[in-house]
Amino acid sequence: MPDRDQYAAVEEAAKQTYIRALKLVPPDVKDALRRAAEDETSETGRKTLGIILENIDVAEGGEMLVCQDTGTVVFWVQVGHDCPLNLADVEAAVRRGTERATVEHPLRPNAVHPVTRKNTMTNTGRHLPAMHYEFPDEAERERLGLADDGLRLTCLPKGSGSENMSFLKMFVPADGVTAVKRFVLECIVDAGPKPCPPTIVGVGLGGTADLCAALAKRALLRPLGRRSEDPVIAKIEAELETAANELGIGPMGLGGRATILGLAVEHAHTHITQNPVAVNLQCWAARRSSATIGTDGAVVYGF
Amino acid sequence: MTTNPHDQSAAAGGPSSDSDGELRLTFPLQDLDALRELRAGQRLRIDGTVIGIRDATQIAIFDCGERPTMDLSGAVLIHTAPNVRKLGPGRYEKVCIGTTTSARMNRFTRGLMHDYGVRAIIGKGGLLADSLPVLQEFGGVYLAITGGAAALETTQIEAIEDVEFEELMPECLWKFRVKDFGPLIVGMDAHGRSLYEEVTAEARERLAAIVPRL
Repeated sequence: MPDRDQYAAVEEAAKQTYIRALKLVPPDVKDALRRAAEDETSETGRKTLGIILENIDVAEGGEMLVCQDTGTVVFWVQVGHDCPLNLADVEAAVRRGTERATVEHPLRPNAVHPVTRKNTMTNTGRHLPAMHYEFPDEAERERLGLADDGLRLTCLPKGSGSENMSFLKMFVPADGVTAVKRFVLECIVDAGPKPCPPTIVGVGLGGTADLCAALAKRALLRPLGRRSEDPVIAKIEAELETAANELGIGPMGLGGRATILGLAVEHAHTHITQNPVAVNLQCWAARRSSATIGTDGAVVYGF
Repeated sequence: MTTNPHDQSAAAGGPSSDSDGELRLTFPLQDLDALRELRAGQRLRIDGTVIGIRDATQIAIFDCGERPTMDLSGAVLIHTAPNVRKLGPGRYEKVCIGTTTSARMNRFTRGLMHDYGVRAIIGKGGLLADSLPVLQEFGGVYLAITGGAAALETTQIEAIEDVEFEELMPECLWKFRVKDFGPLIVGMDAHGRSLYEEVTAEARERLAAIVPRL
Protein backbone atom coordinates (compact mmCIF):
# COMPACT_ATOMS: atom_id res chain seq x y z
CA MET A 1 0.00 0.00 0.00
CA PRO A 2 1.67 3.27 -1.10
CA ASP A 3 2.00 5.90 1.59
CA ARG A 4 1.46 9.61 1.31
CA ASP A 5 5.21 10.28 0.95
CA GLN A 6 5.27 8.57 -2.41
CA TYR A 7 2.67 10.94 -3.84
CA ALA A 8 4.62 13.84 -2.31
CA ALA A 9 7.67 12.54 -4.22
CA VAL A 10 5.61 12.49 -7.44
CA GLU A 11 4.42 16.04 -6.76
CA GLU A 12 7.98 17.29 -6.16
CA ALA A 13 9.25 15.42 -9.25
CA ALA A 14 6.49 17.00 -11.37
CA LYS A 15 7.44 20.45 -10.11
CA GLN A 16 11.14 19.86 -10.75
CA THR A 17 10.71 18.28 -14.20
CA TYR A 18 8.62 21.26 -15.30
CA ILE A 19 11.25 23.75 -14.11
CA ARG A 20 14.18 21.66 -15.40
CA ALA A 21 12.52 21.42 -18.82
CA LEU A 22 12.46 25.22 -18.97
CA LYS A 23 16.10 25.69 -17.88
CA LEU A 24 18.05 22.81 -19.44
CA VAL A 25 18.28 21.89 -23.11
CA PRO A 26 18.50 18.11 -23.64
CA PRO A 27 22.04 16.96 -24.62
CA ASP A 28 20.90 15.48 -27.94
CA VAL A 29 19.39 18.85 -28.90
CA LYS A 30 22.52 20.75 -27.86
CA ASP A 31 24.69 18.39 -29.93
CA ALA A 32 22.41 18.86 -32.94
CA LEU A 33 22.56 22.66 -32.57
CA ARG A 34 26.37 22.58 -32.41
CA ARG A 35 26.51 20.40 -35.55
CA ALA A 36 24.05 22.72 -37.28
CA ALA A 37 26.27 25.70 -36.45
CA GLU A 38 29.30 23.93 -37.92
CA ASP A 39 27.45 22.98 -41.10
CA GLU A 40 25.58 26.24 -41.61
CA THR A 41 26.26 27.90 -44.94
CA SER A 42 24.53 31.25 -44.39
CA GLU A 43 26.31 33.96 -42.38
CA THR A 44 23.07 35.14 -40.77
CA GLY A 45 22.26 31.52 -39.98
CA ARG A 46 25.66 30.95 -38.36
CA LYS A 47 25.32 34.10 -36.26
CA THR A 48 21.79 33.13 -35.22
CA LEU A 49 22.90 29.64 -34.17
CA GLY A 50 25.78 31.28 -32.28
CA ILE A 51 23.27 33.38 -30.32
CA ILE A 52 21.17 30.28 -29.64
CA LEU A 53 24.20 28.40 -28.24
CA GLU A 54 25.29 31.43 -26.22
CA ASN A 55 21.76 31.71 -24.83
CA ILE A 56 21.81 28.08 -23.71
CA ASP A 57 25.10 28.74 -21.88
CA VAL A 58 23.67 31.86 -20.21
CA ALA A 59 20.51 29.98 -19.14
CA GLU A 60 22.25 26.88 -17.85
CA GLY A 61 25.06 28.87 -16.21
CA GLY A 62 22.70 31.22 -14.42
CA GLU A 63 19.81 28.84 -13.81
CA MET A 64 17.59 31.02 -15.99
CA LEU A 65 14.77 29.99 -18.29
CA VAL A 66 16.02 29.25 -21.81
CA CYS A 67 12.87 30.74 -23.38
CA GLN A 68 10.21 32.92 -21.76
CA ASP A 69 7.37 30.69 -22.94
CA THR A 70 6.59 28.36 -20.05
CA GLY A 71 4.28 26.54 -22.41
CA THR A 72 1.19 24.43 -22.23
CA VAL A 73 2.14 21.70 -19.80
CA VAL A 74 2.02 18.15 -21.16
CA PHE A 75 3.05 15.11 -19.13
CA TRP A 76 3.66 11.50 -20.10
CA VAL A 77 3.41 9.01 -17.28
CA GLN A 78 5.17 5.73 -17.98
CA VAL A 79 3.97 3.17 -15.51
CA GLY A 80 6.01 0.19 -14.37
CA HIS A 81 4.33 -3.22 -14.62
CA ASP A 82 4.11 -3.64 -10.84
CA CYS A 83 3.76 0.02 -9.88
CA PRO A 84 1.54 0.15 -6.76
CA LEU A 85 0.60 3.84 -7.10
CA ASN A 86 -2.98 4.88 -7.78
CA LEU A 87 -2.94 6.79 -11.09
CA ALA A 88 -5.78 9.13 -10.08
CA ASP A 89 -3.64 10.20 -7.11
CA VAL A 90 -0.57 10.45 -9.37
CA GLU A 91 -2.50 12.78 -11.68
CA ALA A 92 -3.56 14.95 -8.76
CA ALA A 93 0.07 15.08 -7.57
CA VAL A 94 1.29 16.11 -11.05
CA ARG A 95 -1.28 18.90 -11.11
CA ARG A 96 -0.19 20.14 -7.68
CA GLY A 97 3.47 20.02 -8.77
CA THR A 98 2.67 22.08 -11.87
CA GLU A 99 0.81 24.67 -9.79
CA ARG A 100 3.60 24.86 -7.23
CA ALA A 101 6.26 25.34 -9.92
CA THR A 102 4.19 28.17 -11.42
CA VAL A 103 3.53 30.01 -8.16
CA GLU A 104 6.71 29.28 -6.25
CA HIS A 105 9.34 29.84 -8.98
CA PRO A 106 7.41 32.00 -10.28
CA LEU A 107 6.68 31.00 -13.89
CA ARG A 108 4.56 32.83 -16.43
CA PRO A 109 0.96 31.59 -16.25
CA ASN A 110 -0.42 30.71 -19.69
CA ALA A 111 -3.61 28.68 -19.15
CA VAL A 112 -6.75 30.60 -20.12
CA HIS A 113 -10.42 29.70 -20.73
CA PRO A 114 -10.90 29.36 -24.50
CA VAL A 115 -13.83 31.80 -24.61
CA THR A 116 -13.48 34.22 -21.69
CA ARG A 117 -9.64 34.11 -21.93
CA LYS A 118 -9.55 34.31 -18.11
CA ASN A 119 -6.17 33.13 -16.85
CA THR A 120 -6.12 30.55 -14.03
CA MET A 121 -2.65 31.88 -13.09
CA THR A 122 -1.49 28.33 -12.26
CA ASN A 123 -0.75 26.74 -15.68
CA THR A 124 -3.42 24.19 -14.79
CA GLY A 125 -7.10 24.14 -15.68
CA ARG A 126 -9.75 21.96 -17.26
CA HIS A 127 -7.85 19.04 -18.86
CA LEU A 128 -4.52 20.76 -18.12
CA PRO A 129 -1.84 19.57 -17.70
CA ALA A 130 -2.52 17.31 -20.67
CA MET A 131 -1.81 13.79 -19.41
CA HIS A 132 -0.74 10.73 -21.40
CA TYR A 133 -0.28 7.29 -19.85
CA GLU A 134 1.89 4.51 -21.22
CA PHE A 135 2.64 1.01 -20.03
CA PRO A 136 6.06 0.14 -21.49
CA ASP A 137 7.02 -3.50 -22.03
CA GLU A 138 10.02 -5.07 -20.33
CA ALA A 139 12.54 -4.11 -23.03
CA GLU A 140 11.34 -0.52 -23.03
CA ARG A 141 11.39 -0.36 -19.21
CA GLU A 142 15.00 -1.52 -19.28
CA ARG A 143 15.93 1.09 -21.88
CA LEU A 144 14.27 3.82 -19.81
CA GLY A 145 15.84 2.65 -16.55
CA LEU A 146 12.36 2.19 -15.15
CA ALA A 147 12.04 -0.33 -12.31
CA ASP A 148 9.12 -2.76 -12.52
CA ASP A 149 7.46 -1.00 -9.59
CA GLY A 150 8.56 2.51 -10.67
CA LEU A 151 7.01 5.44 -12.47
CA ARG A 152 8.53 7.82 -15.02
CA LEU A 153 7.30 11.35 -15.64
CA THR A 154 8.25 13.28 -18.74
CA CYS A 155 7.29 16.95 -18.96
CA LEU A 156 7.06 18.66 -22.33
CA PRO A 157 5.94 22.25 -21.71
CA LYS A 158 5.05 23.17 -25.27
CA GLY A 159 5.78 26.67 -26.50
CA SER A 160 2.91 28.27 -28.38
CA GLY A 161 5.00 29.50 -31.28
CA SER A 162 5.62 25.94 -32.33
CA GLU A 163 2.35 24.42 -31.06
CA ASN A 164 0.40 26.92 -33.19
CA MET A 165 2.16 25.30 -36.14
CA SER A 166 0.29 21.98 -35.82
CA PHE A 167 -1.37 20.28 -38.75
CA LEU A 168 -3.65 17.29 -39.47
CA LYS A 169 -4.66 15.89 -42.83
CA MET A 170 -6.86 12.88 -43.51
CA PHE A 171 -5.44 11.35 -46.68
CA VAL A 172 -7.08 8.41 -48.45
CA PRO A 173 -5.26 5.33 -49.80
CA ALA A 174 -5.35 6.60 -53.40
CA ASP A 175 -3.24 9.62 -52.34
CA GLY A 176 -0.31 7.29 -51.67
CA VAL A 177 2.71 7.77 -49.44
CA THR A 178 3.98 10.57 -51.67
CA ALA A 179 1.10 12.77 -50.53
CA VAL A 180 2.07 12.15 -46.92
CA LYS A 181 5.69 13.14 -47.55
CA ARG A 182 4.69 16.22 -49.55
CA PHE A 183 2.30 17.29 -46.80
CA VAL A 184 4.99 17.11 -44.10
CA LEU A 185 7.33 19.30 -46.17
CA GLU A 186 4.50 21.73 -47.01
CA CYS A 187 3.79 22.09 -43.29
CA ILE A 188 7.44 23.00 -42.66
CA VAL A 189 7.30 25.62 -45.43
CA ASP A 190 3.93 26.99 -44.26
CA ALA A 191 5.23 27.28 -40.70
CA GLY A 192 8.29 29.07 -42.10
CA PRO A 193 9.93 31.32 -39.50
CA LYS A 194 7.14 31.12 -36.90
CA PRO A 195 8.04 28.00 -34.85
CA CYS A 196 11.65 29.16 -34.16
CA PRO A 197 13.61 27.00 -36.60
CA PRO A 198 15.71 24.93 -36.64
CA THR A 199 12.80 22.83 -35.42
CA ILE A 200 12.26 19.24 -34.46
CA VAL A 201 9.49 17.72 -36.55
CA GLY A 202 7.10 15.25 -34.94
CA VAL A 203 4.98 13.28 -37.39
CA GLY A 204 2.04 11.07 -36.53
CA LEU A 205 1.07 8.60 -39.23
CA GLY A 206 -1.98 6.36 -39.25
CA GLY A 207 -4.49 5.65 -36.49
CA THR A 208 -7.49 7.95 -36.18
CA ALA A 209 -7.52 11.75 -36.15
CA ASP A 210 -7.09 11.94 -32.36
CA LEU A 211 -4.51 9.15 -32.14
CA CYS A 212 -2.56 10.56 -35.08
CA ALA A 213 -2.30 14.01 -33.47
CA ALA A 214 -1.15 12.45 -30.18
CA LEU A 215 1.48 10.38 -32.01
CA ALA A 216 2.88 13.50 -33.66
CA LYS A 217 3.41 15.01 -30.19
CA ARG A 218 4.76 11.70 -28.86
CA ALA A 219 7.38 11.71 -31.62
CA LEU A 220 8.93 14.78 -29.99
CA LEU A 221 9.92 12.70 -26.95
CA ARG A 222 12.25 10.54 -28.99
CA PRO A 223 15.89 11.68 -28.64
CA LEU A 224 17.28 13.14 -31.86
CA GLY A 225 19.07 10.66 -34.08
CA ARG A 226 17.15 7.60 -32.92
CA ARG A 227 15.23 6.17 -35.84
CA SER A 228 11.96 4.27 -35.79
CA GLU A 229 12.38 0.55 -35.19
CA ASP A 230 10.24 -0.07 -38.27
CA PRO A 231 12.67 0.11 -41.26
CA VAL A 232 9.92 1.31 -43.63
CA ILE A 233 9.19 4.24 -41.32
CA ALA A 234 12.89 4.88 -40.60
CA LYS A 235 13.53 5.28 -44.34
CA ILE A 236 10.81 7.94 -44.59
CA GLU A 237 12.27 9.75 -41.57
CA ALA A 238 15.71 9.93 -43.18
CA GLU A 239 14.32 11.00 -46.55
CA LEU A 240 12.18 13.79 -45.10
CA GLU A 241 14.96 15.00 -42.81
CA THR A 242 17.31 15.45 -45.77
CA ALA A 243 14.64 17.09 -47.92
CA ALA A 244 13.60 19.54 -45.16
CA ASN A 245 17.16 20.82 -44.86
CA GLU A 246 17.19 21.56 -48.59
CA LEU A 247 14.32 24.07 -48.25
CA GLY A 248 16.60 26.94 -47.21
CA ILE A 249 14.32 28.33 -44.48
CA GLY A 250 17.23 28.32 -42.04
CA PRO A 251 17.64 29.48 -38.44
CA MET A 252 14.73 31.74 -37.40
CA GLY A 253 13.49 31.64 -41.00
CA LEU A 254 16.06 34.17 -42.18
CA GLY A 255 17.58 31.75 -44.69
CA GLY A 256 20.17 29.01 -44.35
CA ARG A 257 20.71 25.30 -44.25
CA ALA A 258 19.52 24.40 -40.73
CA THR A 259 15.75 24.29 -41.10
CA ILE A 260 15.23 21.23 -38.89
CA LEU A 261 17.36 19.43 -36.29
CA GLY A 262 15.60 16.13 -36.75
CA LEU A 263 12.37 14.39 -37.67
CA ALA A 264 10.63 11.44 -36.05
CA VAL A 265 7.57 9.52 -37.21
CA GLU A 266 5.39 7.59 -34.77
CA HIS A 267 2.93 5.34 -36.57
CA ALA A 268 -0.17 3.29 -35.84
CA HIS A 269 -2.23 0.92 -37.93
CA THR A 270 -5.15 2.66 -39.54
CA HIS A 271 -8.42 2.02 -41.37
CA ILE A 272 -8.49 0.53 -44.89
CA THR A 273 -10.03 3.78 -46.17
CA GLN A 274 -7.69 6.30 -44.63
CA ASN A 275 -4.16 7.51 -43.99
CA PRO A 276 -4.10 10.35 -41.48
CA VAL A 277 -0.94 12.37 -41.00
CA ALA A 278 -0.29 14.94 -38.29
CA VAL A 279 2.65 17.29 -37.87
CA ASN A 280 3.67 18.82 -34.55
CA LEU A 281 6.66 21.14 -34.65
CA GLN A 282 8.99 21.70 -31.72
CA CYS A 283 11.13 24.83 -31.52
CA TRP A 284 14.91 24.61 -31.11
CA ALA A 285 14.40 25.37 -27.41
CA ALA A 286 13.06 21.84 -27.10
CA ARG A 287 11.78 21.74 -23.54
CA ARG A 288 11.77 18.12 -22.41
CA SER A 289 12.67 16.68 -19.02
CA SER A 290 12.00 13.45 -17.15
CA ALA A 291 12.10 11.98 -13.67
CA THR A 292 12.17 8.29 -12.83
CA ILE A 293 10.66 7.60 -9.44
CA GLY A 294 11.20 4.41 -7.48
CA THR A 295 8.79 3.22 -4.81
CA ASP A 296 11.50 3.97 -2.25
CA GLY A 297 10.96 7.63 -3.20
CA ALA A 298 14.35 7.94 -4.94
CA VAL A 299 14.16 10.19 -8.00
CA VAL A 300 16.55 10.20 -10.96
CA TYR A 301 16.25 13.22 -13.25
CA GLY A 302 17.00 13.01 -16.96
CA PHE A 303 15.63 14.11 -20.33
CA MET B 1 25.02 56.97 -41.69
CA THR B 2 27.08 58.58 -38.94
CA THR B 3 29.94 56.77 -37.25
CA ASN B 4 30.24 58.44 -33.85
CA PRO B 5 27.77 57.11 -31.30
CA HIS B 6 28.11 60.33 -29.30
CA ASP B 7 27.25 62.80 -32.02
CA GLN B 8 24.03 64.78 -32.40
CA SER B 9 22.10 62.29 -34.52
CA ALA B 10 22.75 59.55 -31.97
CA ALA B 11 21.59 61.81 -29.17
CA ALA B 12 18.45 62.49 -31.18
CA GLY B 13 17.87 58.78 -31.57
CA GLY B 14 19.13 58.57 -35.13
CA PRO B 15 21.23 55.60 -36.16
CA SER B 16 24.97 55.53 -35.59
CA SER B 17 27.39 52.75 -36.31
CA ASP B 18 29.79 50.74 -34.15
CA SER B 19 33.18 49.49 -35.26
CA ASP B 20 31.77 45.96 -35.67
CA GLY B 21 29.26 47.15 -38.24
CA GLU B 22 26.25 46.98 -35.93
CA LEU B 23 24.14 50.13 -35.98
CA ARG B 24 23.21 51.73 -32.66
CA LEU B 25 19.80 53.23 -32.00
CA THR B 26 18.33 54.92 -28.96
CA PHE B 27 14.59 54.84 -28.28
CA PRO B 28 12.21 56.58 -28.10
CA LEU B 29 13.10 58.34 -31.34
CA GLN B 30 13.01 62.14 -31.42
CA ASP B 31 12.81 62.14 -35.20
CA LEU B 32 9.96 59.92 -36.42
CA ASP B 33 11.66 59.63 -39.83
CA ALA B 34 14.93 58.33 -38.34
CA LEU B 35 14.42 54.71 -39.47
CA ARG B 36 13.35 55.34 -43.04
CA GLU B 37 16.81 54.68 -44.46
CA LEU B 38 17.41 51.38 -42.65
CA ARG B 39 17.70 48.42 -45.02
CA ALA B 40 16.66 44.79 -44.64
CA GLY B 41 19.60 42.70 -43.44
CA GLN B 42 21.29 45.46 -41.41
CA ARG B 43 22.27 44.45 -37.87
CA LEU B 44 21.78 46.70 -34.90
CA ARG B 45 21.60 47.07 -31.12
CA ILE B 46 19.45 49.44 -29.18
CA ASP B 47 19.54 51.38 -25.93
CA GLY B 48 16.89 53.27 -24.03
CA THR B 49 13.27 52.28 -23.69
CA VAL B 50 11.48 49.30 -25.22
CA ILE B 51 7.73 48.82 -24.78
CA GLY B 52 6.44 45.26 -24.31
CA ILE B 53 3.07 44.47 -25.88
CA ARG B 54 1.13 41.31 -26.69
CA ASP B 55 -2.09 39.90 -28.23
CA ALA B 56 -4.42 40.77 -25.33
CA THR B 57 -2.91 44.25 -24.89
CA GLN B 58 -3.58 45.14 -28.53
CA ILE B 59 -7.06 43.62 -28.47
CA ALA B 60 -7.78 45.87 -25.45
CA ILE B 61 -6.33 48.96 -27.16
CA PHE B 62 -7.76 48.56 -30.66
CA ASP B 63 -10.85 46.36 -30.30
CA CYS B 64 -12.04 47.62 -26.90
CA GLY B 65 -10.83 51.22 -27.26
CA GLU B 66 -8.83 51.26 -24.02
CA ARG B 67 -6.26 53.98 -24.66
CA PRO B 68 -2.95 53.56 -22.85
CA THR B 69 -1.49 56.55 -21.02
CA MET B 70 2.09 55.53 -21.90
CA ASP B 71 3.51 57.68 -24.72
CA LEU B 72 4.24 55.43 -27.72
CA SER B 73 5.43 58.16 -30.09
CA GLY B 74 8.76 57.16 -31.62
CA ALA B 75 8.68 53.95 -29.64
CA VAL B 76 10.08 50.55 -30.39
CA LEU B 77 7.74 47.77 -29.28
CA ILE B 78 8.62 44.19 -28.47
CA HIS B 79 6.16 41.30 -28.75
CA THR B 80 6.41 39.76 -25.30
CA ALA B 81 4.67 38.54 -22.17
CA PRO B 82 7.35 38.26 -19.51
CA ASN B 83 7.92 36.06 -16.49
CA VAL B 84 7.98 38.50 -13.55
CA ARG B 85 8.08 38.54 -9.77
CA LYS B 86 5.76 41.03 -8.07
CA LEU B 87 7.53 43.36 -5.64
CA GLY B 88 4.63 45.62 -4.71
CA PRO B 89 1.74 47.58 -6.25
CA GLY B 90 2.66 48.17 -9.90
CA ARG B 91 6.25 47.08 -9.24
CA TYR B 92 7.81 44.01 -10.81
CA GLU B 93 11.23 42.50 -11.29
CA LYS B 94 12.26 40.45 -14.28
CA VAL B 95 12.46 36.64 -14.12
CA CYS B 96 12.62 35.92 -17.85
CA ILE B 97 11.74 38.17 -20.75
CA GLY B 98 11.74 36.92 -24.33
CA THR B 99 9.99 37.43 -27.64
CA THR B 100 6.93 35.80 -29.15
CA THR B 101 5.70 35.13 -32.70
CA SER B 102 4.69 38.40 -34.35
CA ALA B 103 2.40 37.22 -37.15
CA ARG B 104 -0.54 36.75 -34.76
CA MET B 105 -0.56 40.51 -34.11
CA ASN B 106 -0.12 41.59 -37.72
CA ARG B 107 -3.47 43.38 -37.98
CA PHE B 108 -2.46 46.00 -35.40
CA THR B 109 0.55 47.35 -37.34
CA ARG B 110 -1.32 50.24 -38.96
CA GLY B 111 -3.02 51.35 -35.75
CA LEU B 112 0.24 51.32 -33.84
CA MET B 113 2.03 53.43 -36.45
CA HIS B 114 -0.85 55.73 -37.48
CA ASP B 115 -2.62 56.30 -34.16
CA TYR B 116 0.31 56.09 -31.75
CA GLY B 117 3.47 56.99 -33.68
CA VAL B 118 5.22 53.66 -33.14
CA ARG B 119 8.10 53.28 -35.60
CA ALA B 120 9.72 49.91 -34.85
CA ILE B 121 8.51 46.48 -33.78
CA ILE B 122 10.83 43.80 -32.41
CA GLY B 123 9.59 40.25 -32.80
CA LYS B 124 10.28 36.87 -34.24
CA GLY B 125 8.97 35.26 -37.40
CA GLY B 126 8.05 38.56 -39.08
CA LEU B 127 4.88 40.48 -39.76
CA LEU B 128 2.92 39.54 -42.86
CA ALA B 129 3.38 41.04 -46.32
CA ASP B 130 0.42 43.42 -45.88
CA SER B 131 2.36 45.24 -43.16
CA LEU B 132 5.02 46.26 -45.71
CA PRO B 133 2.98 49.17 -47.19
CA VAL B 134 2.34 50.40 -43.63
CA LEU B 135 6.08 50.39 -42.90
CA GLN B 136 6.65 52.26 -46.17
CA GLU B 137 4.02 54.88 -45.35
CA PHE B 138 5.28 55.63 -41.84
CA GLY B 139 9.02 54.92 -42.22
CA GLY B 140 8.76 51.94 -39.90
CA VAL B 141 10.82 48.78 -39.54
CA TYR B 142 10.40 45.27 -38.20
CA LEU B 143 13.40 44.08 -36.22
CA ALA B 144 14.07 40.35 -35.96
CA ILE B 145 15.39 38.97 -32.70
CA THR B 146 16.53 35.39 -32.12
CA GLY B 147 13.38 33.69 -30.86
CA GLY B 148 13.75 31.50 -27.82
CA ALA B 149 16.95 33.22 -26.73
CA ALA B 150 15.24 34.77 -23.73
CA ALA B 151 18.00 34.24 -21.16
CA LEU B 152 20.29 36.49 -23.18
CA GLU B 153 17.53 39.06 -23.70
CA THR B 154 16.80 39.11 -20.00
CA THR B 155 20.41 40.01 -19.19
CA GLN B 156 20.13 42.99 -21.57
CA ILE B 157 17.04 44.40 -19.83
CA GLU B 158 18.10 46.63 -16.97
CA ALA B 159 14.74 47.26 -15.33
CA ILE B 160 10.98 47.14 -15.64
CA GLU B 161 10.15 50.82 -15.34
CA ASP B 162 6.38 50.86 -15.71
CA VAL B 163 3.36 48.67 -16.39
CA GLU B 164 -0.19 49.30 -17.63
CA PHE B 165 -3.16 46.96 -18.17
CA GLU B 166 -2.08 44.87 -15.17
CA GLU B 167 -5.41 43.04 -15.28
CA LEU B 168 -4.15 41.37 -18.48
CA MET B 169 -1.18 39.79 -16.65
CA PRO B 170 1.12 38.64 -18.13
CA GLU B 171 -0.03 40.40 -21.34
CA CYS B 172 0.33 43.91 -19.95
CA LEU B 173 1.89 46.97 -21.55
CA TRP B 174 5.44 46.95 -20.15
CA LYS B 175 8.12 49.61 -20.17
CA PHE B 176 11.63 48.15 -20.13
CA ARG B 177 14.96 49.98 -19.89
CA VAL B 178 17.54 48.21 -22.07
CA LYS B 179 21.24 48.42 -22.82
CA ASP B 180 23.05 46.85 -25.80
CA PHE B 181 19.80 45.11 -26.69
CA GLY B 182 20.32 42.73 -29.58
CA PRO B 183 21.71 41.86 -31.97
CA LEU B 184 18.66 42.59 -34.06
CA ILE B 185 18.33 42.29 -37.83
CA VAL B 186 16.16 44.55 -39.95
CA GLY B 187 13.77 41.85 -41.19
CA MET B 188 11.35 44.21 -42.93
CA ASP B 189 12.20 47.75 -44.03
CA ALA B 190 10.40 50.86 -45.23
CA HIS B 191 11.32 50.11 -48.85
CA GLY B 192 9.05 47.11 -49.35
CA ARG B 193 11.59 44.40 -48.51
CA SER B 194 10.87 41.49 -46.20
CA LEU B 195 13.54 38.86 -45.65
CA TYR B 196 10.76 36.47 -44.62
CA GLU B 197 8.88 36.88 -47.89
CA GLU B 198 12.09 36.30 -49.83
CA VAL B 199 13.08 33.18 -47.89
CA THR B 200 9.56 31.71 -48.07
CA ALA B 201 9.28 32.33 -51.84
CA GLU B 202 12.61 30.56 -52.33
CA ALA B 203 11.53 27.66 -50.08
CA ARG B 204 8.35 27.18 -52.15
CA GLU B 205 10.42 27.01 -55.33
CA ARG B 206 12.78 24.48 -53.79
CA LEU B 207 9.85 22.40 -52.49
CA ALA B 208 8.40 22.26 -56.01
CA ALA B 209 11.75 20.85 -57.19
CA ILE B 210 11.90 18.29 -54.35
CA VAL B 211 8.36 16.89 -54.68
CA PRO B 212 8.89 14.92 -57.94
CA ARG B 213 11.68 12.84 -56.35
CA LEU B 214 9.70 11.86 -53.22
